[in-house]
Amino acid sequence: MIRVSKGRRDRVNPWTYMLLVLLLVPFLFPLGWMFLSSLKVQNTAFPPVWVFVPTLSNYREVFQKNPFFTFTVNSLVVALGSTGLALLLGLPGAYAIARFRRTGIALGILTARMAPGIGYLIPWFILFTKAKMIDTYTALILTHLIVALPLVLWVMMGFFEDVPGDLIESARIDGCTHWQAFLRIAIPLAKPGIVATGILAFIFSWNNFLFSLIVAGFKTRTLPIAVYSFLSYEEINWGGLTAAATVITLPVLLLALLVQKHIVRGLTLGALKG
Amino acid sequence: MPVFTGPSVLAVTLLMAFPVAYTLYMSAHSWFASSLTSPQFVGLGNFRRAFVEDDRFRNALWLTVYFTGLATLLQLMLGVAIALVLNRPFRGKGLVRSIFLLPMVATPVAIALVWMMMYNPTLGVMNYLVGLVGLGPYKWVSNAAVVVPALVIVDTWEWTPLITLITLAGLATLPIEPYESALIDGASSAQMFWRITLPLLRPTIIVALLFRAIDCLKTFDIIYVMTQGGPGFASETLNVYTFQVGLFYFHIGYASSLLVILFALVLGVSLLLIKVRRGAR
Repeated sequence: MIRVSKGRRDRVNPWTYMLLVLLLVPFLFPLGWMFLSSLKVQNTAFPPVWVFVPTLSNYREVFQKNPFFTFTVNSLVVALGSTGLALLLGLPGAYAIARFRRTGIALGILTARMAPGIGYLIPWFILFTKAKMIDTYTALILTHLIVALPLVLWVMMGFFEDVPGDLIESARIDGCTHWQAFLRIAIPLAKPGIVATGILAFIFSWNNFLFSLIVAGFKTRTLPIAVYSFLSYEEINWGGLTAAATVITLPVLLLALLVQKHIVRGLTLGALKG
Repeated sequence: MPVFTGPSVLAVTLLMAFPVAYTLYMSAHSWFASSLTSPQFVGLGNFRRAFVEDDRFRNALWLTVYFTGLATLLQLMLGVAIALVLNRPFRGKGLVRSIFLLPMVATPVAIALVWMMMYNPTLGVMNYLVGLVGLGPYKWVSNAAVVVPALVIVDTWEWTPLITLITLAGLATLPIEPYESALIDGASSAQMFWRITLPLLRPTIIVALLFRAIDCLKTFDIIYVMTQGGPGFASETLNVYTFQVGLFYFHIGYASSLLVILFALVLGVSLLLIKVRRGAR
């Protein structure tokens, strides 16, 4: 609780490690259990089996029986499309908000985040139905943009605020237009932030359930919806399901580790869920 | 700077202002998406119906408050406690922090699925685990009496790390001076926690609470995948009920007014917490 001294002089209390293990195990267990179950053939044993010969047969079965490749492509197209579009539209906006202090816009984003996702979904669903756009990439990308664009605006605002104003000013004095200053100075300096924001937007789209559940159809079904539809089969095949769940979750977990420094900001202010 | 703000403002307006306007308009109308007739103006009729006639709505409202209250309280206590442990000196801090991130970013459908498997009344590992300490067996999400606490456990597993990480960031900015003078005065570490750390952390903790409360009130994915609001209506929160009304029965008018109510609830709770935070300063 107190950190009067820092670094080497801190004595590490051995009890701290005990406590850490006790805390970490419950948080790791469900993900670990998912992975273990995906390697098990016998998932219906009680008490549960802890020691077993791992097999990849569940993975093989899931990939053979289902067009998983198509689902993955769908998820990728939608996630990359909405992320790319959000960056294209959001980066200049975030820059302007940061440079010219449009706090009203920032406040608007915060309020928008409070509104339930279904409130955005229903009107778009009606419109897409009328326009016969349900089950198209365009419709999916647009709905995912509802999450991604505020995220980009909010998170990038912070990164552009960190770009020294002096640099921009001197570029302007040297005859750069606003646009040139943005492209040649702000963008390169904020590059790590842009990568992090892009990854966050990608993760949110990849994980999205609600919007895809309604807007995706047979042709554009994304991975979360595919897994959800397996659940409604008469007999639940836990081995196959956990294999599918592992395949979906693993890339996200790895990406998240890359951007862990920025994740809290992304999860709190930028993300609009549910 | 119209060139800069223009495209994003235009996009945000199209994407978000249109649904807001549509929802507000529809909340005063009665209209089914499947019907051929145009929306009928009913004024505040939808709201009257919700509060006066609709038992399912009142049930959903109560469950939303119950779920949110239980989940935020649990997450707050656990999250702050874990942050205090993680703030101690130890090796491998980076690794531990990374592990705590994982539940928040894992795909919600996958999370819901794994917990459904763990909660299985006959074969699930949860009954085995609680059996080890002499509890259970429970029917978890298949029992109307325990479904909400069971879902709260899932949400707590998923989101306690957020409170922990925000609190840790807050702990890192605390000044050292008050602790030094407290040490000189011979204060115990418990005294220092209650008298110094907690008051100084209060604004940070309230912000963390604010985000959790906003999201808990709107929790959808795990509830819908695991129970679809059931058994019966025992876990049908306002967001899940609104989904059913709007996208299952296609009663767009009524769903829109439920959305207005849900938004008002979220806004009200947020403003309350922001006010508490101002008072804390």
